Amino acid sequence: MGTMTIAKGINNGLRAAMERDPKVVLMGEDIGKLGGVFRVTDGLQKDFGEDRVIDTPLAEAGIVGTAIGMALRGYRPVVEIQFDGFIYPAFDHIVSQVAKMRARSLGKIKLPMVIRIPVGGGIGAVEHHSESNEAYFAHTAGLKVVCCSNAEDAYWMIQQAIESDDPVLFYEPKRRYWDKGEVDESAAPRELLRANVLREGTDATLVAYGPMVKTCMQAAEAAAAEGKNLEVIDLRTLSPLDLDTVAASVEKTGRTIVVHEASTFLGMGAEIAAALQQRCFYHLEAPVLRVGGYNLPYPPSKLEEEFLPDLDRVLDAVDRSLAF
Amino acid sequence: MSDNAVASTGEQAGTRPAEDDVLAELTAPVPEVGDGGPEMVQLLTPEGQRVENAEYDEYVKDLTDEDLRGFYRDLVLIRRVDAEATALQRQGELGIWASLLGQEAAQVGSGRAMRPQDYAFPTYREHGVAWCRGVDPLNLLGLFRGVNHGGWDPNEKNFHLYTIVIGAQTLHATGYAMGIQRDGDVGTGDADRDAAVIAYFGDGASAQGDVNEAFVYAAVNNAPVVFFCQNNQWAISEPNERQTRIPLYQRARGFGFPGVRVDGNDVLAVYAVAKQALDAARSGQGPTFVEAYTYRMGAHTTSDDPTKYRVSAEVEVWKHRDPIERLKSYLVHTAKADQEFFDAVDTEADELAAHVREGCLSMPDPTPDSMFDHIYVEEHPVVEAERREFAEYHAGFATERGH
Repeated sequence: MGTMTIAKGINNGLRAAMERDPKVVLMGEDIGKLGGVFRVTDGLQKDFGEDRVIDTPLAEAGIVGTAIGMALRGYRPVVEIQFDGFIYPAFDHIVSQVAKMRARSLGKIKLPMVIRIPVGGGIGAVEHHSESNEAYFAHTAGLKVVCCSNAEDAYWMIQQAIESDDPVLFYEPKRRYWDKGEVDESAAPRELLRANVLREGTDATLVAYGPMVKTCMQAAEAAAAEGKNLEVIDLRTLSPLDLDTVAASVEKTGRTIVVHEASTFLGMGAEIAAALQQRCFYHLEAPVLRVGGYNLPYPPSKLEEEFLPDLDRVLDAVDRSLAF
Repeated sequence: MSDNAVASTGEQAGTRPAEDDVLAELTAPVPEVGDGGPEMVQLLTPEGQRVENAEYDEYVKDLTDEDLRGFYRDLVLIRRVDAEATALQRQGELGIWASLLGQEAAQVGSGRAMRPQDYAFPTYREHGVAWCRGVDPLNLLGLFRGVNHGGWDPNEKNFHLYTIVIGAQTLHATGYAMGIQRDGDVGTGDADRDAAVIAYFGDGASAQGDVNEAFVYAAVNNAPVVFFCQNNQWAISEPNERQTRIPLYQRARGFGFPGVRVDGNDVLAVYAVAKQALDAARSGQGPTFVEAYTYRMGAHTTSDDPTKYRVSAEVEVWKHRDPIERLKSYLVHTAKADQEFFDAVDTEADELAAHVREGCLSMPDPTPDSMFDHIYVEEHPVVEAERREFAEYHAGFATERGH
């Protein structure tokens, strides 16, 4: 048991996975001596060597493309994409190769690899450093997409993603990298593909993942002060979605607000709303609402506080839901 | 293969070429057809004369007459398989076929230079390499018939699945080679252990970012990979000058590894050059770029119509450089093979074609619910839910019929 940041949780999880399985290799830009621009891989090259912690050329299609080849040879590559907005050069390999290779071989080969992506805004960055592109990949069959929101999940989920025989996109909430939390390294971990009810409530359900989980927890506390009792679910897995956990909550509260940084149009919230109206139609007391980024290219950082959902926008949606 | 929606034209009503166009074609000056230039490695002239080569003779000196006859057999058999597949497409049994006609020597020469532990990453046209690796040609047809997307086990013969996205496989090959390095299977001196990878691609792919990234990754990692480019002069309808300003093999220098142009229609030279490159890779000397200078005698695929963009005079020039005729001529005038041998190969080719035809016609269609198989290794709730819905939907029809 110890207190650590999310970044350190991932770092410790990577270390544990590398100690356990010599086939686990890390690949990415600046992940060696520097430890990555967020220091998530800090110290790993020193301890595991340059053959297992590989500083790659600055070419993302190349990182993922060569990682595919490493996986075909029997390795378990864990790829770091430096920022969310830099994954697009690798999009073709992820969607056309990583996601489809197993089906193409009729199950004769597998591609166990993890693609780590720091995700989201709120850090005052320049363009392309604040994007939330998880829905592109959740839309693609053959991939699994998960997102951690706290140090304990960070530690366990990265190890579970590495152990998965399927390719996993692993989103890391970059503005929360330095948030601390308790991690019990000896406890049994939660299942990777399960959502987690972080706070029980009766009036409405907030559904979030990654950086917005903290925002929703704060919103729930603020609402409690006003006598509203909100349930908060951390999705943790975006593909597949753990709809059983979400539906069970909605059947109890009757009201749902999905919160994410990504633009709402065709985002995770759209899928969740559609699924809930099919599964929980007679339990819904109000339409499923979405709070997300506006449907714009990510704005200059001076405007990002206006663009991103915050506590007030979440509470505003809660009020609209309860007013139904 | 992005042209598969393009119907072949020219023979449909109303689209017959005008008389003036036909005359223009007949009287047009013969285009300048490249011969590969003086640096191109050639061991057999188009007439089948053996040319001495101080650097590369060493790599063919151990070939026996039986080996040479084996090359000839490979060339003829795979051309016959290819012709049969083209015929099957014309008869509606394949949706499309990408013919290797003209490129047999490039594929057989390089395929035979590999050792069992080496690994090949093909495009979608490497039927000759597949043959050399021992892959049943029938395995290749499933993709083109629409019953699967490949479906063979790549690790059985170390022959990866066909890759349709142009150039993507060069990165996979490079990563695989980086894995070989980490396994310690390079430069040990053990001929049965040291391994190399060969990445196939074409002149069109040379423009792809992936291919150039693969060169960078291979170079900085000194990865044991041979980049084998079959320059067949045409990327569907676009000639070399739409892809490059310099001969392709010269690009390698800028990436920091050797580049060699070889006569891609000379199986002996291709074997020698590929063997040198693979030996270098296995021994730890890193990548080599081989440009096999050849020609796509047929269409890009069966959906293509090359008469719209290239003149027949060019094709005529390349007919005289045919890879099979040149080896046959060499075998005849050096008395390394007799008529009985050639006849036997022809008979075997017909038998193989019959195997391909029968196998194609009797290839079972996939069962409808098999499309839900093998999407993930681990059980997946969405896939399983949709599989159940699909079954229930169809079961509903069965019940209706039952009533």
